[in-house]
Amino acid sequence: MNKRLKQKIAFAVFRILGLMVVGILFWILGFILYNGIGVVNWEFLITAPKEGMTAGGILPAIVGTLCLIAGSVIFAFPIGVMSAIYMNEYAGNGWIVRFIRIMTNNLGSIPSIVFGLFGMALFVNTLKFGDSILAGSCTLGLLVLPLIIRTTEEALKAIPDSFRTGSLALGASKLQTIRRVILPIAFPNIITGLILSIGRVSGETAPILFTVAAYFLPKLPNSIFDQVMALPYHLYVIATSGTDIEASRPIAYGTALVLIAIVLLMNLLATILRRYFGRKVKIN
Amino acid sequence: MKKIRQIIERMVKVMLTLSGSITSLAILLIIIFLFKEGFGLFNNPSVEKGYALCINASNPVEYLSPEQIKQIFDYEITTWDEVSGNREDIIPFRFDEIFSMYPEEEFGIDYELLPEKLGEVIVQNPNIIAYIPEQYLLRENASVKTLPQENIRVDNFFGGKEWLPTATPSPQFGVLPLIMGTLWVSFFAILIALPLGMGVAIYMSELAGTRIHKLLKPAIELLAGIPSVVYGFFGLVVLVPLVQKALSLPVGETAFAGSLILAIMALPTIITIAEDAMRGTPRAMREASLALGATRWQTIYKVIVPYASSGITAAVVLGIGRAIGETMAVLMVTGNAAVMPNSLFQSVRTIPATIAAELGEAPAGGAHYQSLFLLGCILFAITMLISVSAEFISKRQHNKGI
Repeated sequence: MNKRLKQKIAFAVFRILGLMVVGILFWILGFILYNGIGVVNWEFLITAPKEGMTAGGILPAIVGTLCLIAGSVIFAFPIGVMSAIYMNEYAGNGWIVRFIRIMTNNLGSIPSIVFGLFGMALFVNTLKFGDSILAGSCTLGLLVLPLIIRTTEEALKAIPDSFRTGSLALGASKLQTIRRVILPIAFPNIITGLILSIGRVSGETAPILFTVAAYFLPKLPNSIFDQVMALPYHLYVIATSGTDIEASRPIAYGTALVLIAIVLLMNLLATILRRYFGRKVKIN
Repeated sequence: MKKIRQIIERMVKVMLTLSGSITSLAILLIIIFLFKEGFGLFNNPSVEKGYALCINASNPVEYLSPEQIKQIFDYEITTWDEVSGNREDIIPFRFDEIFSMYPEEEFGIDYELLPEKLGEVIVQNPNIIAYIPEQYLLRENASVKTLPQENIRVDNFFGGKEWLPTATPSPQFGVLPLIMGTLWVSFFAILIALPLGMGVAIYMSELAGTRIHKLLKPAIELLAGIPSVVYGFFGLVVLVPLVQKALSLPVGETAFAGSLILAIMALPTIITIAEDAMRGTPRAMREASLALGATRWQTIYKVIVPYASSGITAAVVLGIGRAIGETMAVLMVTGNAAVMPNSLFQSVRTIPATIAAELGEAPAGGAHYQSLFLLGCILFAITMLISVSAEFISKRQHNKGI
């Protein structure tokens, strides 16, 4: 066979495969959107589930997910950013940093169900938090820690060393340099990491199964020691084990749509931020 | 003033150092807690804690293995000679049967006569095997023999072919069907995802213009961002009926449906890493190949793909890691039958799905609970191995660049 012809065939196949991946994405998103859009309205967002989760809305699940987002971010964001600052600004380039980096990567590759097991053993049973927002937030916080560390580290690495040496040459201390020079420049990219981890937290199911998620709890939480419903777990419940699976299908589509909307909105926001500020830093 | 500032600087540095160690600490804690709970399993008796198995003293049988005990109470072993005893039928006896044999009054007010009655039953039936709580055991009765109890053995756990953690009197913790189920589903997922992912990666790194690339890249990031429970839901309402209809199977919840959904989920990982690896091919190598008269396609498969092979291998390994650890999607579409898989079109159950499905019902600290932690240990060990080897493989890639 002619080698030009071979090339033509191969490239055509690759083009089709590329199209296929986009097709799969649109298939999934379109399917959820098409079936869910009729269900989601203001009423759906602000009422609690009724009649064995076959009617009503998903307010408790939304509030629960917001609580978990807030909790895990409060826990993981400061620690993650500080950890990245340490690795990039203080620790130099020795074996310590290499070790920490490997550990961070490993933590990031642990399956989410293992975090669930660990969260149950440590936070729920050993530290006696019980099934609570606190236990769930800590578990989810650990889960997104590697993501926050990695994005922050990349943000810090992107800053040229001349900024650091320039600031130090002007008589600023190391801490002043970090606070006044490094962090303000890296800020948008660090926020990007934060937004991505919010997207991740809101979609995770396995880590909250045994640490916080309630099967059905139509009231809003009062304290961090309360159980809550959460969007992803709620979707799992009404899709597989509700009282009447057929009757609750529309609710499941609506829940999936809300969940996907939150996650994709976060991803979109992160992409926009990255593009916008990515340009700005370079001009500086 | 200067002193204070120095102190602050030093304190901040200590704080930063402490935060720097958080991930290592987390991994250490995960290992400690997982393994502590998990390996406690082997300190459990193979019969439920607090229960004993008794036989008549005239019965020559001295020992029964956990598997034999289970088979006896499942009526799969029915005569004593199958377990090196007499040629007599076995009469399995469960504790609660005693209440239908005697009127309530005869046990006394606080059931203080219950042990005596149990002893009576065992003495009267020479071929009985009784499963009773230890607290109601009559120790002094010479015509009742208590079978020795052994702990759950390591080889029974890793070599066992039955996963029946709630069976009484002898729960079976054979992890093989779960490991096989996990490998089975993940392997076929990668088999589907690899050609697809490689094609897209080649397309993105070598063929697509910047505009198409700018469209494809976010699409793949979105695909990676969709929560696994949404994939599971999609699989449940779309793929499962589709698989069932297309292959005319009795049920659609099969290993194949799981592989399909996992393939989609592993795609972004494979594409991103393989694309990065191929992009890393030095310009000089491409140009040399083209200058020698090779077509772009020849350059791709004879120069670029071999050059990026370690990166591509790393992509596959990480894709497998993603597939093995995935919980919710698999839980929702594979049907979760804990049997040894021998076909792609039957229901299987993976390790993560087992943990997710059963931990809620397992009482904390019991054998079942600990066995699920041990499953977690296995999962943890596999993913550690995968992540370390992926790191090792991609390091080889970097060395090649120099």
